[in-house]
Amino acid sequence: MTAAAILEICDISKSFGAIKALTGVDFTLQGGEIHALCGENGAGKSTLMNIIAGIVQPDEGTIRLEGKEVTIASPSAAQRLGIGLVHQEIALCQDATVAENILMAAINNRRAPLMNFRRLYADAQKIMDLLAPIPVETPVAYLSISNQQLVEIAKALTLECRVLMLDEPTAALTETEARRLFAIVRDLKARGISIIYISHRMAEIFSLCDRVTVFRDGRYVATDSIASVTPNDVVRKMVGREITQLYPQKLSPERRSDRPVLSVGNLTYRQGSDGVSFALRAGEILGIGGLIGAGRSEMVQTVCGLRPKVSGSVELNGEPVSIRNYSDAVRAGLVYLSEDRKASGLFLDLSIASNISALDLRKLTTPLGLLDRRAEAKQATELVERHGVRMGGIETQVSTLSGGNQQKVAIARLLSVGPKVVILDEPTRGVDVGAKVEIHRLLRDLAERGVGVIVISSELPELIGLSDRVLVIHEGAIVGEIGADELTEEAIMLLASGVRQQRSNARQAHNVA
Amino acid sequence: MSLRQTGRTLMDAEIKASAPGLGGRNWLRLGSMREAGLIAIMLALCVAMTFASPHFLTWGNFRAMLMSFSIEGIVVVGMTILLIVGGIDLSVGSVVCFSMVVSGALFLMGLDPWTASLIGIGASALIGAAMGFFVTVIGLNHFITSLAAMVIVRGLCLVITKGTPLSLFTLPPGFKAIGQGSFGNVPYVIVIFVVVVAIFDFLLRRATAFRKVFYTGSNEKAAQFSGIKTKQVKFWVTVLCSTLAGFAGVIYMSRFGAATPTFGAGMELNIIAAAVIGGASLNGGSGTIFGAILGMALLSVVTSSLILLDVSVYWQDMIKGCILLAAVSIDHFLHSRKS
Repeated sequence: MTAAAILEICDISKSFGAIKALTGVDFTLQGGEIHALCGENGAGKSTLMNIIAGIVQPDEGTIRLEGKEVTIASPSAAQRLGIGLVHQEIALCQDATVAENILMAAINNRRAPLMNFRRLYADAQKIMDLLAPIPVETPVAYLSISNQQLVEIAKALTLECRVLMLDEPTAALTETEARRLFAIVRDLKARGISIIYISHRMAEIFSLCDRVTVFRDGRYVATDSIASVTPNDVVRKMVGREITQLYPQKLSPERRSDRPVLSVGNLTYRQGSDGVSFALRAGEILGIGGLIGAGRSEMVQTVCGLRPKVSGSVELNGEPVSIRNYSDAVRAGLVYLSEDRKASGLFLDLSIASNISALDLRKLTTPLGLLDRRAEAKQATELVERHGVRMGGIETQVSTLSGGNQQKVAIARLLSVGPKVVILDEPTRGVDVGAKVEIHRLLRDLAERGVGVIVISSELPELIGLSDRVLVIHEGAIVGEIGADELTEEAIMLLASGVRQQRSNARQAHNVA
Repeated sequence: MSLRQTGRTLMDAEIKASAPGLGGRNWLRLGSMREAGLIAIMLALCVAMTFASPHFLTWGNFRAMLMSFSIEGIVVVGMTILLIVGGIDLSVGSVVCFSMVVSGALFLMGLDPWTASLIGIGASALIGAAMGFFVTVIGLNHFITSLAAMVIVRGLCLVITKGTPLSLFTLPPGFKAIGQGSFGNVPYVIVIFVVVVAIFDFLLRRATAFRKVFYTGSNEKAAQFSGIKTKQVKFWVTVLCSTLAGFAGVIYMSRFGAATPTFGAGMELNIIAAAVIGGASLNGGSGTIFGAILGMALLSVVTSSLILLDVSVYWQDMIKGCILLAAVSIDHFLHSRKS
């Protein structure tokens, strides 16, 4: 600890009503380090970030910046002090230019009645160039998600920025995009900016950060140098008890079967591209990997009738099924969990029971066309109990549940129809570690009970830890298949990025059969 | 640093999930909380008015109040369902008038009034279908589509009548009875209103088809991902709203024995206000018929009170507007505190 502390948090407490979000926490950020802040959802990380960024005020405690005690009364005060916060979710004005977004606060504070665009672009470009050569005259809507993330960072940076806080910056990024971001973060560090980095992903923390501080239940637990701890240690501190195994046992080789549960034959889902063929075998969890935009979601949504297909066939347990729309798929026993829980997965303002019923109302309808509420309640109670959703009751509004419990409700809805095949798109995105483990176990149980399980994930450790076999998609085509024994991050990335193609016709033929 | 190693290390199950919020409050119960609140306010107002005016607590006054919102109440039913699906219909006032004018004109051309009325209601349903087409097939939003329809349909009314009211005093007594007759002390209009409200309130709470309305309004994308044909749902609800407006128009015709081409102008605002006071959200996904009717009743009690208290009619709109603002603010306050 030779470097001088740039930011010192001493004995900070903060309550929201009856809930104590932070209890006497300490935190020290050294000059020029990348400092990871870890903890489960609700541990108090975001509250601390918001206090440092001047968004909320602490009830007690002091903040010292470069040794001097400061009060950070507002976000603009934080910015004047050289403190920037990049929020977890991208919140940019999509129709405005990059420059207008980056300098929004400055524009807001301008006294002059007219805009000076030449100066605006020049200033914004200076900040943007610290990160990546994105032209600042471009409207944000034309940028990829990862570039939008960079614009968010540019917005938090000022030319005098000393402390930058990043709240799960890789949540929406693919592996390659994340790596590019890491290079940029390291570069910022080299420029002397101290960084607080919040993430749930241990791999990122261990490859990027210098020190790690763990919070649990609003309290400070420990700060360690990365070199002196293992991911195991960090996780143990986060949850406060011993840990065993994150991923459930894979399918043992002797139980592998060649019987396909679902066979997709020569499916063309993009006009003018080649058809894809693959099979899901009994008892296995089939992973689908690839970059965002490679067509993973498109492909499975087409299989389920959520998008129109150009051509191709789908067989369930060896029998051809005709799927023209999603209702046909559900009836045949093929269900899909969408990747964006809030936007397209759940009815947040409705109850747990009504969320679970949505997929098959017919089953719950009496001959008179009325909803059988007793049957609805029974179904919801059973599913919710079986999958360990923690809640006040089945009439609880879904929006009040934690991310993990919301996701379990979404999965319970899929299972309400007794499906033959479930396809899950990013099943654990935005879910805390505990719920993640439970969801993984649930999927393995399903596979063992003979339900076909397909999982799409952008998180490579999940894809590797969970799947028995992984198909990799690149630019709309299946470019390779990796078995459990050969599953490594490198193997997936080489295929996903299009560096290598391992397309063997023999194998494809085998899959269809 | 190996990712595989990380993969192996983490976690075992059963870490306590974050607390499930306040829990226990579903949309139905939240709805009845709101309804109880409205009833309480109305009762308080009635008690106060009973002391303030000797004419308030009389069957005559109550009948007048009920009559004043019964027919509009039928339109509110359709509007509430449309608001729940995430739509809105600014054209209801025009459609009420259109239905009156079409039925009235056909009657004057010699058609019997019952057939004329059915055609009037059918024509209103067609307007709804046209709006539904623009919303679901072309992809416009309900607000703009119905704004255009409001103006176009009003124009049609003026064209059909050449701008002058149709005098329908020759309507047969049997038909006039719908709007003017009564069961002993209870006018038919009130009976019709209660029946329509009861049917749709029940269906909205219990029928599977209407559950789809809630799903679609709550999160259209999620509804599609549950296999619900949301465009169909929106189309039919739009048609239903116009059809009920057409039905109300025919009753108005029977009650007034006339069809005025300017009738119903501004009605839509009153109706949307009532539904919103009663708990329907402009964002879709929530609302009840019973609540909307209570909203309508509250507005009516207030109007009646103002008249009995000799407050100038010029104050009425202002006060109604303030009630709307207060109701929505309280709602917003309760919701933001909840989350």
